[in-house]
Amino acid sequence: MATKVTMEALSPTMEEGRLVKWNKNEGDTVATGDVLAEVETDKAVMELVARGDGVLRKRLANEGDASPVGTLLAVIGTADENIDSIVGASAPAAGSAPAAQSAAPKAAEQSQGEASAPPPQQPAAPAANAAPSAPRAAAPPRPAAAPPRPAAPPPPKGNGARPGATAASPGGRQRSSPLARRLASEKGIQLGGIQGSGPGGRIVKRDIENAKASGAAGRSAAAERLAAEGDFKDVPLTQIRKTIARRLSESNGPVPTFFLTSEYDVTRAAELRTQLIEMGEQYKVSFNDIVIKAVALALAEHPEVNAHWLTDKIRHFNRVHVAMAVAVEDGLITPVLFDADRLSLWEISEKARDLAKRARERKLMPEEYTGATFTVSNLGMFGIDQFTAIINPPEAGIIAIGGSESKPIVIDGSLEIRQRMRVTMSCDHRVIDGATGAKFLQTLKRYVENPLSLVI
Amino acid sequence: MAVVTYRDALTQALREELQRDDRVFLMGEEVAQYNGAYKVSKGLLDEFGPMRIVDTPITELGFAGVGVGAAMVGLRPIVEFMTWNFALLAIDEVVNAAAKMLYMSGGQFKMPMVFRGPNGAALQLAAQHSQAWESWLAHIPGLKVCTPGTPADAKGLLKSAIRDDNPVVFLEGEMLYNTKGEVPEGEHIVPLGVADLKREGDHCSVITHGKMVLVAMKVADDLAKEGINLDVVDLRTVRPMDVEAIARSVQKTNRAVVLEEGWEVCGMGSQVVDFIQRECFDDLDAPVLRVHQEDVPMPYAKNLERAAKPDAGKAVAAIKKVMYLD
Repeated sequence: MATKVTMEALSPTMEEGRLVKWNKNEGDTVATGDVLAEVETDKAVMELVARGDGVLRKRLANEGDASPVGTLLAVIGTADENIDSIVGASAPAAGSAPAAQSAAPKAAEQSQGEASAPPPQQPAAPAANAAPSAPRAAAPPRPAAAPPRPAAPPPPKGNGARPGATAASPGGRQRSSPLARRLASEKGIQLGGIQGSGPGGRIVKRDIENAKASGAAGRSAAAERLAAEGDFKDVPLTQIRKTIARRLSESNGPVPTFFLTSEYDVTRAAELRTQLIEMGEQYKVSFNDIVIKAVALALAEHPEVNAHWLTDKIRHFNRVHVAMAVAVEDGLITPVLFDADRLSLWEISEKARDLAKRARERKLMPEEYTGATFTVSNLGMFGIDQFTAIINPPEAGIIAIGGSESKPIVIDGSLEIRQRMRVTMSCDHRVIDGATGAKFLQTLKRYVENPLSLVI
Repeated sequence: MAVVTYRDALTQALREELQRDDRVFLMGEEVAQYNGAYKVSKGLLDEFGPMRIVDTPITELGFAGVGVGAAMVGLRPIVEFMTWNFALLAIDEVVNAAAKMLYMSGGQFKMPMVFRGPNGAALQLAAQHSQAWESWLAHIPGLKVCTPGTPADAKGLLKSAIRDDNPVVFLEGEMLYNTKGEVPEGEHIVPLGVADLKREGDHCSVITHGKMVLVAMKVADDLAKEGINLDVVDLRTVRPMDVEAIARSVQKTNRAVVLEEGWEVCGMGSQVVDFIQRECFDDLDAPVLRVHQEDVPMPYAKNLERAAKPDAGKAVAAIKKVMYLD
């Protein structure tokens, strides 16, 4: 049976992808796991792998084409298999996805101006916004053992296997109920790893519930990292918190933001950096590394700032995952330094350098740029004294770091020349109040102005 | 609460409304001297006299037309059809006169009248006299269609129907007249267009109306013993239809079976399923299934008639299928 190759959701937020390069030609023999093509997602260039064995019979997208998730890109089959019905498929009958269909014109529009002609847009998988369902050659029949059931209804009378319920639908796509897709999407569960227990292998509600219960199925690494037991504390919203959230959102957009600016004396931090460089290449750190380490340590002391706004509650994180904004050719991306407060200054330096390099090459994996608890943005190297950064929801804050410069400062009644640096924190007022943010900036000041605390 | 029959509940509603408003009158075949073919108008001739309880010739088209004319000049007629199978002869007055009058007169003539009588199959009355017409009638803009399944709803809905200024089709059931149920004392009104959650459960919705309500309740009792809890939504009025009640139920249970007395093609269930697939798409864990009469004229032979009718066994099979238990 032929295997459809579709545009898969290769990042958590991907809605469409651009086919950068085909690695296989029509007629090539391919095996499951072979890299068929490189696909540019909204964040990175990823590999699209074969989900079945056979011969790459037909390529339906050209290099450079942008296609919505779910679009049929190619067909793998045996050498002599008739694939006309798949390739020439008129709209797939029952399962034709409104989402995919509506996305198609958009994709066609966006591919205008590209060198190649737009491919035939063929919506294949249902509900492009649902968790990606890995196309598979044929969903195996239901296991002979009775599938797990929700607690309340009684066990089935017969055995679990339905006579006549053999494969998945004609196209081989994974069937799932609309409710199952919604629940999977809400819980961050990928349908691809789930064995459906409904007729014809349909994934139904109980399969999602069981997947959740057993913790199986491909939850993204980032979600896993943030969801681990004991790594956070959920704070129920008090009435005053709810009122603050509602009123300020009405006044100031969905994320009611305010800004706190403080100027730190970084003379000693600059001296420390100079000394480290003098000690040798292996000790070299950037100013940004010092700031990230200081922010991480300050966040560890202030879980009320190291927090997410989750609409019905606030989540204070006990672990500190700091994202750093990295400029790339056509935008920016925020790779994450996980457990940054526990990393040494040199570990931060090494990881930050690696992440930034791969970010610019667009080689980051999704789990490397999701899952942050807080973000740092630094434009000091561009000669910016001070700026305000925009919060990346659901994070509660972001720190904007300006450049350090020599300034005349009055200290104990006499004028001195010191290195000074301005930081501005953008705060989501639903989570962070003025005094809360100010106390955090005081802690940060303590670390930045006493840089030995960052290396001991 | 008093336990009364469906028949007596209807008689109570007629009596109370005849007493309340002297523009209300009842006419039809055998309604007066014979006390009604099914005794729904028992005692009313004695109480209200021949000007308000009127026997008609066997002329359905004629007396339905008289009713339309009476409504145009301000009376509030209740036209009884001995059964809705006979009302086919009067369908032009129901569909083309009563249902259109307010619209085509530019709002000059209201049509405060009720067409009522037994609907659907009884026992071995054969193909011509065993038909459920609600989907025909609910198809028509301008008509309201009531399908009470219990004595309390029969009384409360009939009173609302008589007081409504629009033509209301009121579908009773020969097999329902002797069923009993609690009916609230005193003034009891059930508004048109409001469904009733007859039983609450969260495993599967059963959406039904009319005679099938009793079947659904029996199925709910039986399945409760197996640990399956049904949410039984009695539409009570199939037009206007209480779609919010359907949505609330399906959003809770994620699956539904629609149970009706009539045929499958263009049945009431088609309308219910259309609503569910449109408004509850993301709530569904299984396709919605329908239980209905088999797609044949009703057989006369007892065994074949039983096989053709929708029943508890067919409903249970459908429910287990949408719960992935079969």
